[in-house]
Amino acid sequence: MSGSSGEYWKANIRLVSILLVIWFVVSYLFGIILVDTLNQIQIGGVGLGFWFAQQGSIFTFLILIFVYAKKMNALDRKFNVHED
Amino acid sequence: MELQTWIYIFVGGTFMLYIGIAVWARASTTSEFYVAGKGIHPVANGMATAADWMSAASFISMAGLIAFKGYDASVYLMGWTGGYVLLAMLLAPYLRKFGKFTVPEFIGERYYSQTARVVAVICLIVASITYVIGQMKGVGVAFGRFLEVDFEVGVLVGMSIVFVYAVLGGMKGITYTQIAQYCVLIFAYTIPAIFISLTLTGNPVPQLGLGSELADGSGYMLAKLDTVMMDLGFKAYTVQKGTSLNMVLLTLSLMIGTAGLPHVIIRFFTVPKVRDARASAGWALVFIAILYTTAPAVGSMARLNMINTVNGVDSQGTAYTALPSWFKRWENTGLLAWYDHNGDGKVQHAAGKAFGGKGKPSFVANDDGSAKRGGYGERVVSNPSDGGRATGAPFANEIYVDRDIMVLANPEIADLPFWVIALVAAGGLAAALSTAAGLLLAISSAISHDLLKGIFRPDISEKQELMAGRIAMAGAIIVAGYLGMNPPGFAAQVVALAFGLAASSIFPALMMGIFYKKMNNTGAVAGMLSGLGSTLVYIFVYKGWLFIPGTNNLANTADNWIMGIQPESFGAVGALINFVVAIIVSRVTAAPPEHIQHLVEDIRVPKGAGAATGH
Repeated sequence: MSGSSGEYWKANIRLVSILLVIWFVVSYLFGIILVDTLNQIQIGGVGLGFWFAQQGSIFTFLILIFVYAKKMNALDRKFNVHED
Repeated sequence: MELQTWIYIFVGGTFMLYIGIAVWARASTTSEFYVAGKGIHPVANGMATAADWMSAASFISMAGLIAFKGYDASVYLMGWTGGYVLLAMLLAPYLRKFGKFTVPEFIGERYYSQTARVVAVICLIVASITYVIGQMKGVGVAFGRFLEVDFEVGVLVGMSIVFVYAVLGGMKGITYTQIAQYCVLIFAYTIPAIFISLTLTGNPVPQLGLGSELADGSGYMLAKLDTVMMDLGFKAYTVQKGTSLNMVLLTLSLMIGTAGLPHVIIRFFTVPKVRDARASAGWALVFIAILYTTAPAVGSMARLNMINTVNGVDSQGTAYTALPSWFKRWENTGLLAWYDHNGDGKVQHAAGKAFGGKGKPSFVANDDGSAKRGGYGERVVSNPSDGGRATGAPFANEIYVDRDIMVLANPEIADLPFWVIALVAAGGLAAALSTAAGLLLAISSAISHDLLKGIFRPDISEKQELMAGRIAMAGAIIVAGYLGMNPPGFAAQVVALAFGLAASSIFPALMMGIFYKKMNNTGAVAGMLSGLGSTLVYIFVYKGWLFIPGTNNLANTADNWIMGIQPESFGAVGALINFVVAIIVSRVTAAPPEHIQHLVEDIRVPKGAGAATGH
């Protein structure tokens, strides 16, 4: 792997690692492990932990994928490995 | 107009649409047949993926699962959506860059091994066949419940429709019908949900209705549901019942399994570019999330509605003869049953089992085969429980409620017009057919492309392969239909098996193929077999070998599970075993050849993907 595509791959791994940490936090941590603690906080009539488990995590997943797509497209251009 | 007429119009109309699409979108090359010519717009593919993914179970059963399990059902909501994050970031763009037709093809080429390819084909076929049986059953059930035709006739009609568009159009026909099916199913799902949310909370957005106050001024909807359920001896709706470890592992197994299911992965082969594959996963999740974030509202509101309707304003039960007509209608289908334990003529619902054995009712029939009726006109049941009160319950539970009713009867419970009920019928069928078609394509392409063209007869022409693909598709439809009509005993265990297999064998092999350049053929095959083997053994020990009843070594109860891990949750552990074994074995065996390492470097960058085709 040439120098610049090695850098590209590292930047990719860094991005994915950050996004997957968030993925883990909103679902496993907020939705399951810390659910009772977070349920102390109520948004409207829903405990925060319960909300993350049934809705918040799904909304976050959505944002994560679109952020990933956008950042990766930018990385592709930066390292000149984009299509066309 | 009568309800039946409406249903015939909606179901007939959607079926005509699917056939029309089939005629318009015929496949004339193998590329069109396997991957729709790689010309699908990412948003369109997202919609098709959503329909491909959301099965009869998502549409009909999930809200009911949530209604009865409450908070604990969050594992399905997170598990069946979070997998798309893994798919988008770890698999889809790279497999699209690889640019071939099937998942086993990637595994075979990346691990330069026909053995690896065959192992992948076997995992794919077992996972997909078990999954498709459920869809065929779903078609038969939907027909039976809404149109009162025989189960077998329903399956046959469903098979014929899929036959027309899948055999003619392959992936191309399937893609465009899935888009149409998504539109049908999402309207069918959200319209009743909006009405129910509006009636109950005054908020037309079900996602917000979940956290809103009730329109009758009795406080927040979920708080009210918690109170009502605890008064009846149930655990509170929003409180956790299972262990956190099990919930974490089950969620993880479902996520990894989702990302590893071949019929989902191949949808990302149909978009023109690598960056389309990334965006398309996001769009798929948008379309899935519309249903998945509506489901918690439907589940909780339907539960509250049902309890209120059955137990009445004074919470002491409602006279059977005074119940709304939907109760009797669904009693006729066997999804509801009543036994008057305290002999007061009123129907009461509380914690505990109303019926003996597994809690399901056995209905008594007259000599002429018609349902035997009791004094109030209710169906007579032969297996009432002892009628004892559950701890904390004010009275004995007198009804059996199948969880599917939460979606199927929803429009009637909310008193919506007939056309909404007809739309739900068409939506249930769309959900089942779209998933069935995607699975059938994964199966037939594994047979015609991986086994026939890849291994047994590499010299066949494209025309011959296309014909073989169509024949494999026809064969797969017939097998799936047969199994749908005569479901083997294990059909109910499908979820554990299909997700367990995908999670423990396919996902790790794909991920290491992309992210671990030094992974070699011996490591990958050893990893797949040990992940697969350990998962199968764990499932079989508790559920019976090959699911044959009575052959399980240990009773399937929490006390017997290792560290309290239920068999359904083991896929994540199997995946871990796969990773560990594969890495250790690859360290002590020869590194993959130079050209394979170059192949990995090549799929890691998007550049040069546009022109790639099958051969």
